[in-house]
Amino acid sequence: MEHKHINLKLEVWRQQNSKAKGDFESYEVKDISTEMSFLEMFDVLNERLIKEGKDPIAFDHDCREGICGMCSMYINGRPHGPWEANTTCQLHMRAFNDGDTIVVEPWRANAFPVIKDLVVDRSAFDRIIQAGGYVSVNTGNAVDGNAIPIEKDKADAAFAAAMCIGCGACVAACKNSSAMLFTSAKVSHLALLPQGDPERKSRVVNMIAQMDKEGFGACTNTGACEAVCPKEISISNIARLNAEYLSAGLTS
Amino acid sequence: MKLFNCVHVGAKEISPLRVFGIFFIPNQIHQFGVYVYSTPKFATTKNIVFMTWKELFISSIGKKLVMGLTGIFLITFLIVHAGINACIFADLPFFNSEDNGEMFNKAAHFMGSTVLIRIMEIGLFAGIILHIVQGYLLELKNRQSRSVAYAKPMGNDGSKWYSRSMALLGTLILLFLIIHLGHFWVSARFTHNGLEPVVYNGVVMHDMFSLMKVTFTEAWVVVVYLLGCIALYFHLMHGFTSAFRTIGVSNKKYLLLLNSIGAGYSFIISALFALMPVAIYLNWVG
Repeated sequence: MEHKHINLKLEVWRQQNSKAKGDFESYEVKDISTEMSFLEMFDVLNERLIKEGKDPIAFDHDCREGICGMCSMYINGRPHGPWEANTTCQLHMRAFNDGDTIVVEPWRANAFPVIKDLVVDRSAFDRIIQAGGYVSVNTGNAVDGNAIPIEKDKADAAFAAAMCIGCGACVAACKNSSAMLFTSAKVSHLALLPQGDPERKSRVVNMIAQMDKEGFGACTNTGACEAVCPKEISISNIARLNAEYLSAGLTS
Repeated sequence: MKLFNCVHVGAKEISPLRVFGIFFIPNQIHQFGVYVYSTPKFATTKNIVFMTWKELFISSIGKKLVMGLTGIFLITFLIVHAGINACIFADLPFFNSEDNGEMFNKAAHFMGSTVLIRIMEIGLFAGIILHIVQGYLLELKNRQSRSVAYAKPMGNDGSKWYSRSMALLGTLILLFLIIHLGHFWVSARFTHNGLEPVVYNGVVMHDMFSLMKVTFTEAWVVVVYLLGCIALYFHLMHGFTSAFRTIGVSNKKYLLLLNSIGAGYSFIISALFALMPVAIYLNWVG
C-alpha cells in the first residue's frame, strides 16, 4: 500500500464534564501518515494542543490492539469508524483521503454519560456483568478444563460470544441505545456451556433486570449492533437471550 | 445442606481492565490470583429465581414478547381477512362466473353471524389495542434512552430503514385502520349505512360487495388504501421475522426459513389487499 501524508479537518466533540454542555470544535491536522492509527493521529493532535497550552482531547484507549474494548469513538456516523470488524485503535489513516472532514463523537446513550470529551462512563456494563456474569465453582484444586465433554459447535458458539470485549459499540449504534447484544453475548457465552448451568436461570433474569435498571432501550432487531460489532457478535445471540429469559421467567 | 462456594469478582477490581474474559473461567481466576471468597448467603438468595407475572411482563424482553405474540396473532388474522376478501375475485371474468359478489357476501355473512367468530373478534380488538399501546410505550422508552442525538446518524448503514421505522409505519397503518373500520366495520356491525339486503338461498344477508363497489368508486379512497398496503408491507417485512426472534428462535436454519416466509407473506398479503380496491375501481370485478 502506498504510503502518503494527508491533511484532514476534524470536527471533535468537546465537553468539559458530564454536567457541561458540549459542542463541536474544528481542528486542522497536517502531514498525517496513512500508516498511523486513528488514535495515533489523535496523539499527534494532542501533543500539539499541549504545546499550545490548550486542553488536550480526552479519549479512552488502552491496549491499542483491538482486544481491551476501551476505545470508543463514533467516527463519521459509525462506531469505531468506517472499517468492518475492527476497533478505533485498529482503524488506520489510510481509510481516509487527503482533505477529508472527519466528525468524531462520543458514544451517545443516556446509560453511557459523557465523562469528558470522547470518554463515556461504561460502568453500566460492569454492573450487568456483576448481576450474573459468573459461574459457581467449588473451592479446592483447579478442575481439569477438559474433564467435561462439550459439543464442538456449542463450544464454538460460546467462544464466538465470549469474543465480546464490552466496548459498547452495539449500544452506540442502536437506535434504541439497547444493550441487548452485549448482554446476550455474556448470557450466551455461559448458557451454552455445562459450567454455566447452575446459575442458568438466575443469571439471565438478574442481568436483564440490571440492564433495564441502567436505562438502556429495548431491542427492535434492526441489526445495526451486529453490523458495527468489532468482534462480529451475531444478533442470533439476542434471540437466544430471549429464549433463555422467557424459559427462566415462565418456569421459575 | 452444603451450598455452593461462589466465585465473585467485584467490578471495582475488574473495571479498569475491562477484560471480562478473565472472570468467566474459574481456572484462570486461580491463575490470576483474583480475589475469591465464599458466600453461602449469596448462593441461597441470588441463585433462586422467582419472577412474578408482573416482573416478567414489565421487563424489556417481556414487553417485546407482548409485541411479538400479538404481532404473530395479527399475522394469522391477516391471512383470514385476505382469504375472505379474496372471494370478490370469484367475479373475475377469468373464472367465467356470474358470481357478482355472492361468494364474498356469503363468507362475510358467515363471519358476522357465527358466535364463535364474534367472540374471537373481541380477542382481535384486544390484540390490536395491546399491540398499539405496547408499541407506543416501547417507542417512547427507546427514544428516551438517548437524549443527545448524533450529529452524523448511521442511517441505513447496518440496518434497513423500515426496521427503524416500525412506529411510523404502525402509525400510518393505525390511521388507515381508522378510515377502513369507518368504511366497512362500523357500517356492517352498527349503522348499516349503505348496506342493502341481498337474499341467497332464502337467507337474507348484507350486500357487502355492493358497499365495496360504492366505496372504491372514489379515486382518493383507492389511493389511501394503496398507501395503507405499502405501509403494511414494510411493517410486515420487518415485523414477521422480528416477532419470531423475540420469542426466541435463534436456530439459523429456521431463521433463514422465516426470512423467506416473511418476505413471501408480506408481499402476497399486501399485494392481495392492494388488488382489491384497484380491481373494483378499474371494474375488473362487479
